Amino acid sequence: MSHKQNDSIQTVVATGIGAAIIFVLMKFVAIPTGIPNTQINVAEGFLPLLGAIYGPVAAGLAILIGHTLNDFVTYGSPWWTWVITDALIGVAFGATKNRLKIQAGALSTAKLIWFNLYQVVVNFIGWVLLAPTGDILVYHEPAKKVFFQGVTTWIVNSLSVAVIGTILLVLYSRTRTKKGSLKKER
Amino acid sequence: MNSQFLIGYSPRKTFLHRLNGSTKLIGFVALSLIGMITYDTRFLAGIFLFSGILFYFSKISYQEIALVLKVIMAFAALNLIMVYVFAPGYGMTIYGTQHMLWGSPQHYFNLSWEEVFYIFNLFLKYTFAVPLALIFLLTTNPSEFAASLNRIGIPYRTSYAVEIALRYIPSVQRDYRTISLAQQARGYEISKKAKLRTRIIGSAQIILPLIFTSLDRIEVVSQAMELRRFGHNKKRTWYLAQPFALRDFLALATIAVIVIWGVVLFKINGGRFWNPFK
Amino acid sequence: MIKPIISFKDFSFQYEAQAEATLKHINLDIYPGEKVLVAGASGSGKSTLGRCLNGLIPQAYPGKFSGSCTVNGKPITESSIFDLSFDVGTVLQDPDSQFVGLTVVEDLAFSLENDCWSQAKMRQATQKWAARLQLKPLLQHAPQEISGGQKQRVAMAGVLIDESKILLFDEPLASLDPASGAASIQLIDQLTTSEELTVILIEHRIEEVLRGKIDRLVVLQDGQIVANGQPEEILRASLLQQLGLREPLYLNALKKSGVSLQSCTEIADVKHITAPQAKEKLEQWMTGTQLKQPVPKKEELLKIKNLTFSYAKDKPVINNLSLTIHKGEMVSLVGRNGTGKSTLSNLITGFLTPQQGTLTFSGKELEALSVKERAEQIGYILQNPNQMISKTTVFDEVASGLRLRGITAEIEDKTNAVLKVCGLYEMRHWPISALSFGQKKRVTIAAVLVLEPQMLILDEPTAGQDLQHYTEIMTFLENLNRKQQLTIILITHDCHLMLEYTERTIVLAGGRVIKDAAPAQILTDEEVIQRAALAKTSLFELADRFRLPSATEFVAKFIQAERKERADEQSISNRI
Repeated sequence: MSHKQNDSIQTVVATGIGAAIIFVLMKFVAIPTGIPNTQINVAEGFLPLLGAIYGPVAAGLAILIGHTLNDFVTYGSPWWTWVITDALIGVAFGATKNRLKIQAGALSTAKLIWFNLYQVVVNFIGWVLLAPTGDILVYHEPAKKVFFQGVTTWIVNSLSVAVIGTILLVLYSRTRTKKGSLKKER
Repeated sequence: MNSQFLIGYSPRKTFLHRLNGSTKLIGFVALSLIGMITYDTRFLAGIFLFSGILFYFSKISYQEIALVLKVIMAFAALNLIMVYVFAPGYGMTIYGTQHMLWGSPQHYFNLSWEEVFYIFNLFLKYTFAVPLALIFLLTTNPSEFAASLNRIGIPYRTSYAVEIALRYIPSVQRDYRTISLAQQARGYEISKKAKLRTRIIGSAQIILPLIFTSLDRIEVVSQAMELRRFGHNKKRTWYLAQPFALRDFLALATIAVIVIWGVVLFKINGGRFWNPFK
Repeated sequence: MIKPIISFKDFSFQYEAQAEATLKHINLDIYPGEKVLVAGASGSGKSTLGRCLNGLIPQAYPGKFSGSCTVNGKPITESSIFDLSFDVGTVLQDPDSQFVGLTVVEDLAFSLENDCWSQAKMRQATQKWAARLQLKPLLQHAPQEISGGQKQRVAMAGVLIDESKILLFDEPLASLDPASGAASIQLIDQLTTSEELTVILIEHRIEEVLRGKIDRLVVLQDGQIVANGQPEEILRASLLQQLGLREPLYLNALKKSGVSLQSCTEIADVKHITAPQAKEKLEQWMTGTQLKQPVPKKEELLKIKNLTFSYAKDKPVINNLSLTIHKGEMVSLVGRNGTGKSTLSNLITGFLTPQQGTLTFSGKELEALSVKERAEQIGYILQNPNQMISKTTVFDEVASGLRLRGITAEIEDKTNAVLKVCGLYEMRHWPISALSFGQKKRVTIAAVLVLEPQMLILDEPTAGQDLQHYTEIMTFLENLNRKQQLTIILITHDCHLMLEYTERTIVLAGGRVIKDAAPAQILTDEEVIQRAALAKTSLFELADRFRLPSATEFVAKFIQAERKERADEQSISNRI
């Protein structure tokens, strides 16, 4: 896919289908952690892969659309501060596209370690700095409450991305390996 | 059997159904924004009442929204309890007075009229937009949605991405069901029976085929769209776009009045809060 | 003189990532109004040829090319997909991916929206084409509410609405049941004439396509045109078989009874075919062939009694169904979409719980067993292997069922044994992404077999496969059935598969078994054929054409002879 036209259409489709996947994962695949009201968010683990393949626009918009739709049908109304935080995190994951070069073949351990440090920082900025600040500004909720929620979300989401995100990135990049020199073994 | 997966559009003949999708979208966004910013209880209660009345006119039945209502109530209750537990004296800090109901300001756990009032305000903020959101969701034809987004200035490519999301959610959902059952038969576990670690890794293994097959689809759908000339022109028309009618202008004017009124209240109150304690 | 509308001149094409050219020195002229079938095995280059026509090559799939290819006077190397889209309408293989609108009418209008048409004009155009393709009652329907055949009609209307004069179909039969396939072929026939179209069909199921009128048959092999002419000539020369493609069954039957294909007239049309002494020879062959009574299998394996299941009240999908499957049987389960085939298999595998009735498996009640436990007895294999694979190497994928059950001992031995049975042992360390579709299928079967189930349920095991892959998969299953005494249930629409590989066919309709008999009996019963959306086998029509005494008997005898030949061939190849 080298020509421009197709790339822009692919971004549109990746955004739409990515949002559909995120919606389904958010709605139907939540893994209870044992802590009440805290679930391992599988959709969050899918986001780095979408970003690494299709870039910041697709990943940011896909989670924006997917998260908004999910909030609409689950809570009646989107919780905008968190939706926007999620979208920014999607953009940040999309920014790894050129660094990870996932289409080029299996990811090295160095890249994976770099990615995981990056994602923990991104999640920190998102969930411990941005989202709670937004909640304080918009809803005027007590700082202690929103930071407690923020830190919990940071830990849970970083964990989701570290496990599920990494597995997906590794396995996807392996499918990109060239067929090359496969030999039959006796 | 799968078509009822969302609380979704049901065609009826009310003025809310006839309103243009863009009008309802603008109304929802504008009213939620002003409602999110303001802490004027009278104003919030006003919008809540207003949207409640609209909701009545939309003829949406209770059954359609029963489940959502329960989730919203649980969500609001949990959050309000957390707010109280983390900062029981926050209401007094905000309003600057101390009208005690129980305990004294020196103790960590106490209850003041200010706190009750603050929590009541929060409750209004959590819930005031729900009737509006439900009206928007249940009276707007999803097919008109992308066209409405495009009309209010969102680029058509982005608007179409939303349409694709709505189009493929049922397909992805059906695939997920098929795949997850087959994978569970093979022994992957995500229920509470398994340990957390097993559950997380199991879920990654279950969704892997779903994600890979869906990603394959992206390429085919893009080609199909390109072969039918999507994305070539600077704009596109929409088969189901509705033109603005007089009722839309009237509705937009009403919304504008409400929003301006909300802004004026900031001036009068000297800030976002309306303080009845002073 | 009429000029060709499509013209390849010494055209070669090589994909960027590939070492060899996929199309080699193609010379092909297609004239306005022609209806051309492009056939060939997978990898023969037939899809690549199609991609040249709509501009996906070289726009979306870059590569090296030489020679020239023009479509409606436009050289493809200098035209964009956009330019060519006004000349060539493409109907893709998977109608679900082509359907991008939320409803039928929006999808029809999709390309017009992109061309910025006014709503009034769009309404006119959609009305016109909806009427021509009988889509009017469906206009407000969502894609998940309509059938595969209807989706294909939407796809056709969605490209015809551009008024383009060339229509390109990429494997139009692959995702349809036989009845809808036949209807599609008929509709394409009709549109070709009424809209003055030039039609190119890319398809490997030649017999089904030839039921419509085809002006020219082009066969590709290894990127080269190896046959190009009227279908009659090619059939008469029996070229298809030599080229590894499936020859229409009725021609096989004629050959078997000693009729020379060279002597046939109207050879492409089973209803009107004639040949000197054909009737006599067929009758002779029939009397000369003894029908062996199959040895009935008696040991009950799965017993279903009075099973009832419904999603919504009072609308049972499975309605008081009773059925017994015996050990060692190879059974096909057929029926229209939505008659409860998948529901039935979901009830057997425990994904769904019945409201009434019992399921017994080798004497034990299934009810008490969980999904995971049942999977150790009954393996279920999805149609699309990509939906089942979640590891990257063959060995890991096959071993995962054992690992997940906490079995640590003998994993290596057990897995290797299964890999050997499935012919995958030599590839055990390969990444699964390097495998072909058929090999992937075998991996998913191996991954289920490793749990040593007594029964397999396979959903459309050969859908969309060419003859070679089809034979590969089915021979493998047949061997499992014979050598391992594995009981196999095949959920399928494929009449060939039913006839050639199964000894018993169960037909579902309205949640009940409406017929349970030998496939030859099913496929000669017009009422059942119609109710189950199957298609008459051409053998039946051949028997009809020459008024043979019993069509059922004729079909049965033919199938018996075919199987014997296949078994002989195999034992020879095994000895070598």
